[in-house]
Amino acid sequence: MLNRLFMPLLVTGGLLFASAPFMIARAPYESTMGLIQKVFYFHVPSAMVMFASAFVCGIASAMFLFGKRRGSDMVAAAAAELTVVFGVIVLVTGPIWARKAWGVWWQWDARLTSSLILWMIFVAYLLLRRFGGYGSEKLAAGVALFGMANVPFVYWSVNVWRTLHPKTTVVPSLGPGMRDAFWWCVVAFVALYVALLAARVRLERGRLSLEELYLALDE
Amino acid sequence: MTDRHTRRTLILLTVLAMVGLLQLTITASTESAATDAIGGASGGARAQPQQAAQDEFVPIGELPPEEQLPAAPLLVTAYAFVWVALIGYLWSIWRRVGRVEIELAEVGRRLRKAQER
Repeated sequence: MLNRLFMPLLVTGGLLFASAPFMIARAPYESTMGLIQKVFYFHVPSAMVMFASAFVCGIASAMFLFGKRRGSDMVAAAAAELTVVFGVIVLVTGPIWARKAWGVWWQWDARLTSSLILWMIFVAYLLLRRFGGYGSEKLAAGVALFGMANVPFVYWSVNVWRTLHPKTTVVPSLGPGMRDAFWWCVVAFVALYVALLAARVRLERGRLSLEELYLALDE
Repeated sequence: MTDRHTRRTLILLTVLAMVGLLQLTITASTESAATDAIGGASGGARAQPQQAAQDEFVPIGELPPEEQLPAAPLLVTAYAFVWVALIGYLWSIWRRVGRVEIELAEVGRRLRKAQER
């Protein structure tokens, strides 16, 4: 099913993404940050997709560990890589915004630090899969569960601790002009995420088939 | 294998350098803008790093002339980075899938030959 969805989602996501700047340019300026606040329309959807991808990876890893479903392991590996990719987008667009809004590229506050740690957990997952050798899939699945458990902490960190980062009340309180552009970008990012997930799962499936063929060849 | 590794390292270093250069460009272009409420907020942030986090965005009806920075530089930079990251990732998947499919075809051929014998 993912394979069939790949091209329609890629085209849809691409078109939404290509038209997003027009929506963003029409959105009103924010009163204290002004122009730089418009990075919000890429930064926050990327973060939402990063969190969602961490959940997909964690749930698929749990299904692999406890249900022993090989297909779930493929989805977990794909989702982990996408978590890292979208994490890079968040960790680059955020400092671009912070440099103007806060005067510094980076602050070791709760939200930024916990996001960096979340990203590093999934980098660790990928390193484990790549270099861990035989049986590393199960170890990596354990790491993914830990990473998934971190997501609520990252999300709520801005509400619990004193931090420079805007709180979670920002999105529900967006005005009509800002809200439309924001949700347009969210839909674009989600469509692209699912398309990329489909493509990445196809790669994993190919690798598994290759492994099976080599085993058959050895026999 | 060594050549591929070197090429990958060079590509990675080039990308990192471009990202760094882009960030420097943004800093240069935004700091050259006239001082305004944004500058005041940034200065305020520098002077008072412990100010409370915002809990809502308030849209502004009209910006004063000195704040009318073109949206293009900052937006294009962030947008361009996101495009480059996503397209680059899609391209890397496409390349890897291509390599796996070539290898699948080759191993399939070898397996069929072995089975015929």
